[in-house]
Amino acid sequence: MTAPSARPLPVTLWLLAPWLACAAGQIVLAAPVRVLGLQLPEPVFAFAAAFAWGAIRPSPLPPIALLVMGVFLDALWGAPIGFWALCLLAVYAPALLGRRILAGASFPVLWGWYAAACAMALGVGWAIVAARSGTAPDLVGVFWQWLVTAALYPFAGRLIEGYEEADVRFR
Amino acid sequence: MSLRDGPLSDMRPPVRWVATVALAVAAVTAVALFAGDRRETMRSGVYLAARQAVGGVAGPVGAVLAIPARWIAGGLGAAGAYIDAGARNRELETELSTARGWRDKAVALAAENTRYRAMMGVRTDPPIPMVFARTVLDARGPFNNSRLADAGAVRGVTEGNPALGEHGLVGRVTGVAPNASRIMLLTDVESRTPVLIARTNGRAILTGDGSAAPRLAWLRTHDPVREGDRVLTSGDGGVIPRGLPVGAAVRGYDGRWRVALDSDASPVDFVQILLFRDFAQLTPLAELQPRVLPSAATAAPAPAPMATPTAKP
Repeated sequence: MTAPSARPLPVTLWLLAPWLACAAGQIVLAAPVRVLGLQLPEPVFAFAAAFAWGAIRPSPLPPIALLVMGVFLDALWGAPIGFWALCLLAVYAPALLGRRILAGASFPVLWGWYAAACAMALGVGWAIVAARSGTAPDLVGVFWQWLVTAALYPFAGRLIEGYEEADVRFR
Repeated sequence: MSLRDGPLSDMRPPVRWVATVALAVAAVTAVALFAGDRRETMRSGVYLAARQAVGGVAGPVGAVLAIPARWIAGGLGAAGAYIDAGARNRELETELSTARGWRDKAVALAAENTRYRAMMGVRTDPPIPMVFARTVLDARGPFNNSRLADAGAVRGVTEGNPALGEHGLVGRVTGVAPNASRIMLLTDVESRTPVLIARTNGRAILTGDGSAAPRLAWLRTHDPVREGDRVLTSGDGGVIPRGLPVGAAVRGYDGRWRVALDSDASPVDFVQILLFRDFAQLTPLAELQPRVLPSAATAAPAPAPMATPTAKP
């Protein structure tokens, strides 16, 4: 018997559409413009998708999607190949491994977990860049990127709410 | 009978384990890619092809996507300028009165400089050919600071070419596609630029760390910097010509000497890429050729002065 709450998870909706939205958002915000003398912020949209994919359900597809997204971001931003893939997987891994804790948590609590996962991923990025270049990246810049990325949680929350009850077998 | 109706229907699918294995495989792949990505390997093989492809595609795409963003920014800028017009007017009047004093000094210094040049036979550097390009994509996070410009190998741009903004040095080219090039900014964590302090001629390495004001590292000579000192490229190493304006020395929030970049004074929408290869480019090749010296067979050597016999008294 099929559980009444078990709904199919169309890959195009929970994986492909967010992937494309993140890529498009990242390209748009890469426009070299200033608004009232200030540069546009540079959040990492894919962090929100990575967290949501880990929390929605376990699947072999998100790590592959994140690997491809990471390589895309490396090429877009001129980073060493593999750098952003590692950062994205550093957001996905705790969400996947901590799904049982995240299940049923309230919106603010999930936001806190997401912010912590983002901080951990940017910390990983900071350590990698410092080890590779011999220069520690400016922590103020890391903080601002963490802040604007953490502010993206409503995007991830909406994705989680849409699909978290899709298949109760994974609870 | 389908699998769902069989004896395996109650079996819990090991998707969690599959996902964990996929995560581990992706992580190992990412580490392998990262470990294999070196500057020297980027110039050959699949890395070069991939980066050139992304640069070639992202350039035009970014240029199109940037158009509405430029319109919005332009509109907001015009509104902001209208609101700030009064305060800006007062500020400009102050600057103008100061500039008049500097103009008189500049005229006097120019006349003096002309005399010195005539006396010393010093020539100004010959002009370096340059390419005018528009930046279409911008990475400005703490880990990567680079821009994609819409001029590439087709227009003669090569890796290492310095890029100038409206007011000063912006960075240098680190990747080239046929119609696009990537400029690593001075603020990038991997950026190292040899500079000098104009007042003391003290040398330093301008080291990017992802912040807006890169650090002055490896400062040489005792107490070479003061607040506001002009910082120029030193030309050491031969990668970047000497004397390009970089910025002004400032004390950072961490107590270190940093440089407030001149290029921050205005948006870096357009850049001039200097087609600079090395210093030999600045001198006519004929002057670098060794002069023909007389051979020993055609001219007898002059006697050494000490070998001349002298009569004893």
